[in-house]
Amino acid sequence: MKVRILVSFKESVLDPQGQTVKNALHTLGYGFIKDVRQGKVFEVELEGLSEDQARTIIPEIADRVLANPIIEKFSWQILSDGEKVQQN
Amino acid sequence: MKFGVVVFPGSNCDRDTLFILQNVLRQEATFLWHKDHDLGRVDCVILPGGFSYGDYLRSGAIAKFSPLIEEVREFAERGGLVLGICNGFQILLEIGLLPGAMLRNKNLKFLCQHVHVRVENARTAFTHRARPGQLLRIPIAHFDGNYYAPAEALSKLEASNQVVLRYVDENGEATEPANVNGSAANIAGLINPEGNVLGMMPHPERASEAILGSQDGRLIFESTILWR
Repeated sequence: MKVRILVSFKESVLDPQGQTVKNALHTLGYGFIKDVRQGKVFEVELEGLSEDQARTIIPEIADRVLANPIIEKFSWQILSDGEKVQQN
Repeated sequence: MKFGVVVFPGSNCDRDTLFILQNVLRQEATFLWHKDHDLGRVDCVILPGGFSYGDYLRSGAIAKFSPLIEEVREFAERGGLVLGICNGFQILLEIGLLPGAMLRNKNLKFLCQHVHVRVENARTAFTHRARPGQLLRIPIAHFDGNYYAPAEALSKLEASNQVVLRYVDENGEATEPANVNGSAANIAGLINPEGNVLGMMPHPERASEAILGSQDGRLIFESTILWR
């Protein structure tokens, strides 16, 4: 089973990299771009877990290791299961 | 006083720190390997600067799971002195011994330069040899030193005098340009409420000998040595 986990900054946290990308896009003439937030993507392959178990363990891993809950939030989806998106 | 300097894969200020402690300040000091389970009989643990685990994932995020970190946590909870410098500060934030987190520097540049910091609290184990408000000229060298904490956490830090060092200009003013990395409230160093765990971004070990251009960093180590 493959899972994709997306980690990005909380709305309340300024994202200087996203801001820089936005400014670059504006310079290139894409003035309609209102905001850019940059994040990280993790593609995790699981072995020997049921989907129910995965649904418990993925948020645990994301909260404990992949994201820093002080500044970041995460969402995830099971890729081999019809791209169901699960928000934390 | 006996110091233990923790070595992670990717630490790169561990030897500088040990050198200053042993050869300049004539203290007993030893390396502690991150995979060990025992701190030995040290009085102060130093988490040195560097790039533990290549800064992969986030600065300090992988070091958090080193076996020795559990010992450091228990040592801190028993009141042992813990000093985190640069990457060591980032690790202290990741393991929750200090509040908040580090973001990338506001200008997205790795900053390696001397800065001025003002001693905001001169009654701590790590700063009692300083005058209140004393300016220290110490280098920084980091990519992720833009301190962040939610507003309510920041007011708590200020109200309880936990902000120990602040980025200032050469006149001692906490201005916006002096805040080179964009830290909340110009914060360069923080202590826990119990007063035994300090995290600071500037590198005192790089400013502890005349030949290095500044000896202001000695004040941090000398305070620690003379505490109690």
